[in-house]
Amino acid sequence: MSAIIHRPLGGKIVTKPFLILGLFVLISAYFIIRRFLFGMGDVSNMNNGFPIGTWVVLDVVIGTAFGCGGFAMALLIYIFNRHTYHPLMRPALLGGVFGYTLGGLAVMVDLGRYWHAFHLLMPWYAQPNSVILEVGLCVMAYITVLWLEFWPAFLERMPLGFKRRFGLDKLQAFLKRYMYVLVALGVLLPTMHQSSLGTVLLILGHKLPPLWNTQWLPLLFLSSALAMGYGVVMLEATLVNRAFNTPSEVRLFARLSRVAAGLLIGFSVLRWADVMVRGQLDLAFAGDLNGNLFLLETVLFLAPVFILLSERRWSQRWQFLGAVCILAAGSLYRLDSYLITLQPGNGWTYFPSAPELLITIGIVCLEIMLYLLFIKTLPVLPGGTAKA
Amino acid sequence: MSLSRRQFLRGAAGAVATAAASVAEAAAPFAPRENKPLPPKAIGMLYDSTQCIGCKACVSACKDANGMPVEQPQALAGWNEGTWDTAEDLSGKTLNVIRVYQHGTMAEKDHEVNGYAFVKRHCLHCLDPSCVSVCPVSAMQKNPLTGVVTHDPDACIGCRYCVLGCPFNVPHYQFDEALGQISKCQFCQHLLQDNPLFTDNEAALAQAGTSATELWKNSRIPACCDVCPTGASLFGWVNDLQAEAERRMALKPGEMYDFPRGLLGGDRAPNTAPVGAYKPHIYGEKESGGTQVRYLTGVPHEKLGLPVLPNHSSAAVTEGVQHTLYKGMIAPIALLGGLVMLARRSIKGEEKGPHEEESSS
Ligand code: SF4
Ligand code: SF4
Ligand code: SF4
Repeated sequence: MSAIIHRPLGGKIVTKPFLILGLFVLISAYFIIRRFLFGMGDVSNMNNGFPIGTWVVLDVVIGTAFGCGGFAMALLIYIFNRHTYHPLMRPALLGGVFGYTLGGLAVMVDLGRYWHAFHLLMPWYAQPNSVILEVGLCVMAYITVLWLEFWPAFLERMPLGFKRRFGLDKLQAFLKRYMYVLVALGVLLPTMHQSSLGTVLLILGHKLPPLWNTQWLPLLFLSSALAMGYGVVMLEATLVNRAFNTPSEVRLFARLSRVAAGLLIGFSVLRWADVMVRGQLDLAFAGDLNGNLFLLETVLFLAPVFILLSERRWSQRWQFLGAVCILAAGSLYRLDSYLITLQPGNGWTYFPSAPELLITIGIVCLEIMLYLLFIKTLPVLPGGTAKA
Repeated sequence: MSLSRRQFLRGAAGAVATAAASVAEAAAPFAPRENKPLPPKAIGMLYDSTQCIGCKACVSACKDANGMPVEQPQALAGWNEGTWDTAEDLSGKTLNVIRVYQHGTMAEKDHEVNGYAFVKRHCLHCLDPSCVSVCPVSAMQKNPLTGVVTHDPDACIGCRYCVLGCPFNVPHYQFDEALGQISKCQFCQHLLQDNPLFTDNEAALAQAGTSATELWKNSRIPACCDVCPTGASLFGWVNDLQAEAERRMALKPGEMYDFPRGLLGGDRAPNTAPVGAYKPHIYGEKESGGTQVRYLTGVPHEKLGLPVLPNHSSAAVTEGVQHTLYKGMIAPIALLGGLVMLARRSIKGEEKGPHEEESSS
């Protein structure tokens, strides 16, 4: 039995990559200001046929799926009792903290009447049938849970005297004692809203082509979000390992691969069985854009299965490739269902404008900057284990 | 090792496939919710495309009645001091628009081939509106008495899911405004005061939730129906309008008919004109779970931008799924209970190890 020791990475914070990321954040800030001064039309190509654009689809729908690392690992470690994976928990959580928090920021940029955003929290405005309301509340609650789950990392870093002075040591003890409640919520809430992000699409009816429009959307979104969660944990860890020469976790990931592969198989089988039962298989092989996208998605979902179940899973390089494949698969699936295959009719088309994309990119850059800052200054990454 | 894995894989894949297929076999996993009935005093509109002459009087009257600005393409912005309204489709500034179907030589009206036809676009006031179902903050509401679907910008957060969800692409957000809002036809609700169909009390009830500000002083029925010279846009009770549509459909094309104008059953002089050659489909009756607007057209409705839709609303599908998953919040609460138990046991179990988890920095 061994306990995990988390250590701050240390090192210079303001490095060249950090500055480049910062530049993108500044560009993004400029366009965000323009959006608030002159309206969304000034920076975005969104229109009334495609009222939802990259801000929601890339930053929220795909962004929060990237943020599912914490969710996926918590499920595995605490619910299925696989404590071997524990060293991966805190970095995964941190990814979730930023993925979700900045998704929330993107929503504030995207809301057309943002000054009314607090109405979401006012019970007398609530419309209980609204899936969007459920997603909104659930995501807000989860952001809170994520920060609380991560809070111990701050507390550990504070000098004991300081903590005593402000009673923070009691808070630390409290969080520790009730961590299991947070962990449980940290699994329940993403289960709810990641599946609801699929349910949201059901309202589209005829606007969403049959290959994507199915009542299984909630389950498909949930399972692919979990798979992306494992993918992102592998990706993050590999990148950090390469960039900072931390001890490699290849062995852990080789086991994790099996879990991820199982999810991918489940997803693909359900998807194809559903399309078959609905008698829409010919659409998949129609050779048109939608059919080909569907096939491409399937290839991307199944390719990592072959990597992750073969002996290659012991190699870091292949693991990395597998993780990238999973993330690409989940992202394309979301992009297709929310934007690319959407048919609002009446000649509407949409392709994001450069400023619109730059806002999205800037938000992602901010995410990476904060992640780097945090792993360098706070005890997040596993720094070896103390032997029993 | 590799053999057993392969066997495992094959077995697992087979099992999952069978399971998935048998579950999917049980058809749709969730039953859609029932369609909704017509409200007790449902008001509506009948638009007869064959009687429309494309004068756009209704477009301009709608703008006046609802205080909406003139809209024009950039190129014409300066023309005639910017007074010329040339809305091409519904938009954040236009709640009602007449569009033209054109084909080939455009020789004959209401002909699909080498012909042209008009269509009027505005909210259909669905019986089971998607826009109401998606709205997180109850900004979209369906009036329980009249069935008019209203929008309240003081509640709206501008998430635009109503724009995405409406099967007819009706609500539009003002993307070019810094503080834009959602625009949609609200059936000139503010005109219902002194309306011949309602008592004052009912009118007050019917107006609850409306946000329309400008009062259309001279009229008591929706502006577009009030100004329509031919009776192509007709206001009335939905049930009466349905009967009127069926009556017209039963007539022989070309036969002379007294088309009522303004209000169905009102006292205006009718417009006597030949009956159109209607396609045998009263659009709006069943589409998307039924609406309070009816269309009679001479060319197939899908050519006019009125999509082919199933007889149930996607709101019914969504709510069917949502209500099954979240019925009384029992499933989520039970799940949470289970998760709390498991997490607690798991954390306790881990702490029993010889070392307390403590990080050093
Ligand atoms: S037509 Fe669209 S906006 Fe009008 S009630 Fe139906 S769903 Fe709502
Ligand atoms: S844009 Fe406004 S009215 Fe439409 S769904 Fe969102 S909050 Fe409701
Ligand atoms: S009912 Fe009123 S708001 Fe609706 S289209 Fe007619 S004039 Fe415009």
